[in-house]
Amino acid sequence: MSDPEDLSALMRAARKGDDEAYRRLLLRVASWLRAVASRGLAAAGRPNADCEDIVQETLLAMHLKRDTWDETQPLQPWLRAIARHKLVDHLRRRGFTDHVDIDDHSDTLAAPASADEGSAFDARQMLASLPERQRRIVEGISIEGQSARDVGSRMGMSEGAVRVTLHRALRALAVAYRKDRT
Amino acid sequence: MKTDQLVSSLVADRPGSARPLGRAVGRAVLAGALVSLVIFAVEFGPRVDLAAAFATWRFDLKLVLVLASLLAASAACLAMARPVTTGRWRWTLLPALLIAAAALATELAVLPAGTWEARLVGSNALVCLTAIPLFALAPLGALLLAMRRAAPASPALAGAACGALAAAAAAVIYAFHCFDDSPLFVLTWYSLAAIPVVLLGALVGRRLLRW
Repeated sequence: MSDPEDLSALMRAARKGDDEAYRRLLLRVASWLRAVASRGLAAAGRPNADCEDIVQETLLAMHLKRDTWDETQPLQPWLRAIARHKLVDHLRRRGFTDHVDIDDHSDTLAAPASADEGSAFDARQMLASLPERQRRIVEGISIEGQSARDVGSRMGMSEGAVRVTLHRALRALAVAYRKDRT
Repeated sequence: MKTDQLVSSLVADRPGSARPLGRAVGRAVLAGALVSLVIFAVEFGPRVDLAAAFATWRFDLKLVLVLASLLAASAACLAMARPVTTGRWRWTLLPALLIAAAALATELAVLPAGTWEARLVGSNALVCLTAIPLFALAPLGALLLAMRRAAPASPALAGAACGALAAAAAAVIYAFHCFDDSPLFVLTWYSLAAIPVVLLGALVGRRLLRW
């Protein structure tokens, strides 16, 4: 992670309601995670095909657990702990129990990563596990790029109801990832 | 779904759910303690000489000690709720340990050695061993549920910390019923009563708090 102050500052801004700061933070963390997951998979002798799954599962965890970051501490140790936890968990579900350490190569965030490495196939499967309404809301916002309000008016829901359902959908997605053993 | 697309949903979800962990933990302890207070009021009730007890140093010290334990357990619980934690919470153990040591030293100094055993055994040991775990159940349940939002480095340790906090809350309530105020009794039996609660918390937490 190249610029420690910056990441903590982005998260602080995000907490105060700055959506753009939050998006920048998530994208930067995603490219860092991609490098970490890639190395972790290689060390465990697993194919790199799971890489984007780990990235997405970890981003989801980081998002849903963001209240557990203590603002008086720098963000990266917290991020690193979540990334390690999710990587170890992912590998353990696939029968790999050896020690996995990501601290040795934690400085790889600087590596630029192309934005189009996402594996559409697996993530689609995860979406398919969601109840109809939740899935349509995530698809509307994520894949069709609509705002919560647009999705709401299309589905006859208030914006608030869309956000509540979206939050449930993200929690359900995190659970689906955790149970995934393929 | 590509990762960039997932990010759009995460950003859209941002408002409304960022709440400090401390508040959730505090609320859970309070809600659970209220249930235990009802059990206390119906089945136990405060000791009859409560007003007189406040005037004795042993009772006051007992209250200070259980409150200091509550403080330390709260700090431990919040620290264990995080994926990475500093050791700062350990400093909150210091007041409880110092008060315990001072209370013990004073008690041993003022009492003749022949009476130590009677004070240690007390008259309420069995009640203490049942009441504290009983009063701890509701706070423990509420705490474990609240902690599902957390991201503990060790789910079992986080569960154990929930148990310690629940037991401390239970001890505060029980202290108003119990006649045995000697530090010898309190340190021995209150600690023993907390053990099953801590173990239960660790056992349930290990499964429930995985993330």
